Amino acid sequence: MSFATTLLELGARIDAHQTGPRVAVDREVWWRVALEVAQGNVTLLALWSDGRDVHMAVLDEVEGEVSVVSLACPNGRFPSVGRTHPPAVRFERAIVDLYGLVAEEATDMRPWLDHGRWGVRHPLGAAKPDAAAGLPYAFLPAEGPPLHQIPVGPVHAGIIEPGHFRFHANGETVVRLEERLGYVHKGIDGLMRGAPIARAALLAGRVSGDSTVAIALAFARAVEAAAGVEAPPRAQILRAVMAELERVANHLGDFGAICNDASFSLILAHCGALREQVLRCANAGFGHRLMMDRVIPGGIARNLDEQGAANIRALVAHIRRYLPHLVRVYDNSASLQDRTVTTGILKPELARQYGAGGYVGRASGRAFDARRTLAYPPYDTLRFEVPARTAGDVDARVWVRIDEITQSLSIIEQCLEKLPNGPIAIAMDAALAAAVGQEATTLVEGFRGDVLAWVRLGPSGTIANAYIRDPSWLQWPLLEAAIEGNIVADFPLCNKSFNCSYSGHDL
Amino acid sequence: MRRLLIEGLLKAPLTEARPRDDDAMLAELAERLQKSVRRALGHSLSIRQVDAGSCNACELEIHALSNVYYDLERFGLRFVASPRHADVLLVTGPVTKNMREALERTYNATPNPKWVVAAGNCACGDDLFGGYANVGGVEKVIPVDLHIRGCPPTPTALLQGLVALMERAAAQS
Ligand code: SF4
Repeated sequence: MSFATTLLELGARIDAHQTGPRVAVDREVWWRVALEVAQGNVTLLALWSDGRDVHMAVLDEVEGEVSVVSLACPNGRFPSVGRTHPPAVRFERAIVDLYGLVAEEATDMRPWLDHGRWGVRHPLGAAKPDAAAGLPYAFLPAEGPPLHQIPVGPVHAGIIEPGHFRFHANGETVVRLEERLGYVHKGIDGLMRGAPIARAALLAGRVSGDSTVAIALAFARAVEAAAGVEAPPRAQILRAVMAELERVANHLGDFGAICNDASFSLILAHCGALREQVLRCANAGFGHRLMMDRVIPGGIARNLDEQGAANIRALVAHIRRYLPHLVRVYDNSASLQDRTVTTGILKPELARQYGAGGYVGRASGRAFDARRTLAYPPYDTLRFEVPARTAGDVDARVWVRIDEITQSLSIIEQCLEKLPNGPIAIAMDAALAAAVGQEATTLVEGFRGDVLAWVRLGPSGTIANAYIRDPSWLQWPLLEAAIEGNIVADFPLCNKSFNCSYSGHDL
Repeated sequence: MRRLLIEGLLKAPLTEARPRDDDAMLAELAERLQKSVRRALGHSLSIRQVDAGSCNACELEIHALSNVYYDLERFGLRFVASPRHADVLLVTGPVTKNMREALERTYNATPNPKWVVAAGNCACGDDLFGGYANVGGVEKVIPVDLHIRGCPPTPTALLQGLVALMERAAAQS
């Protein structure tokens, strides 16, 4: 019996939810689900709140089905999932900060997104004014006489997003890394509430700029599913073209940047040029280098003309010719391999426990890919492989990226081959007007991993609530584990090989 | 690798293979920069980038300034790791309240004379990100000398902006 079937027997199905089951449960069933998650029978995808209920999205990997379990919190409390399943901890700390709900028997009560700077506590719950004087933060201790601490950030040395890293090191070796995030918290959950759909789509496209296509797509698909409509076939295909261009651009950028962090700048220079060519091609075809705001609820905002398609074909051919040279250099340079092989190993058990998506999971044996397992259109009609490895080191994460570029190039070609004529968007107004209160949850594969979006439609074309979970939520904690026992100097390399989003996490 | 290096020597540099529009603009920029920067600051200008809450797309385009197409460094512009080495702070994002203090401290750590560039619509004070968590624009926290709009601004726009700043800096000195 699938997890969803069992769940439906234990709780009450919410009919408003249009994709997979959402089931309202009592505290006991909530706790049972938490145990199922902890035992690894289902994978925790996300944990969030809308202020009234807490929701837990779980993935049944065997059935390829996403279910949402919801618990009403009339007295403002819910049983902590993090208590038995550590990947839930940061989600819960965020819920406590934003909504003022209490996670009962939680193991970590420290605030997470709330740094005591907002001038208000629990801004999305029973908001209370606050002095905004800043909250002290107690980093976890590490014991042993020769240990020293290295604080880094929030402002880093390079052009990167802000976050704080606290290292405990024994000489050169990292004993513990603890992250403190939340610096770029923009309050997107709150800004989404009641926002007209067009504005909400702009926000979704700016949750994490490097994944703007993927996140806008997850959001658009959720809105469409809630409203009971589908984007036209041409739009579906062009969405995939954009999503794969985004993946290629990011993987090229990361490949170069990882090598550069091992002081091998030749590959960075070449990858940087290739990436720029992708962005220019995207700009010529879709009118924006990063294709921001091109995926909209109902379809896409800009059509691809013949010239644009021809450019993309030429680009694909060019990368296919050029990239193998760079890969050979990567593979044959002992000085580079020395830095990446066996560095920053993420154990397969941890990748599985955290449901790590993207190259982080796939380099550690978790071959989940939403495009394959959930096979949302047009991926149900495309041929592609999901490359995976088991070494779990920086090198494996590089290789997964390289192999994925090849797959994406093939996907783009297939899409252009079968690109049908026809409209690129449908009018949503009537469907939205008839769908007030309807909901949907979607999972879309971004370059970094699976992006989850949940929306509940409000009156007159607005969003009542929306929640977006960037894959980084589940990858950041794994970076802490992967760096343990490595030397401090290898941290940039490990960090870049994960390339978690700060903005996507901090929301 | 040998083949890549040899090809690199034989082939025309990518920097010249860009579309004519950009070519003209960058050539013009290079010339204007040379004049103004030298007057105010000698031969180079050091930039410290500060992300004050960006969605990270602005950072991607700032990164692109260093690729071979734009090759920022040939203009004497370079990114530095510490505000103490910087002439310019290039700030992105709506300034989240959680980043406000870090931005102020970075500004205070930057020696005079210094200039602040707000890059991207968020940093320029657009109200897409309002609410409890954002200050709403760099200018509300530290004085801004130049705004470069765009969401995100293109690398070309960023280059143009930095030149405009240079002219202003030269006029000041
Ligand atoms: S201006 Fe646009 S690209 Fe830049 S941080 Fe703001 S939303 Fe992101």
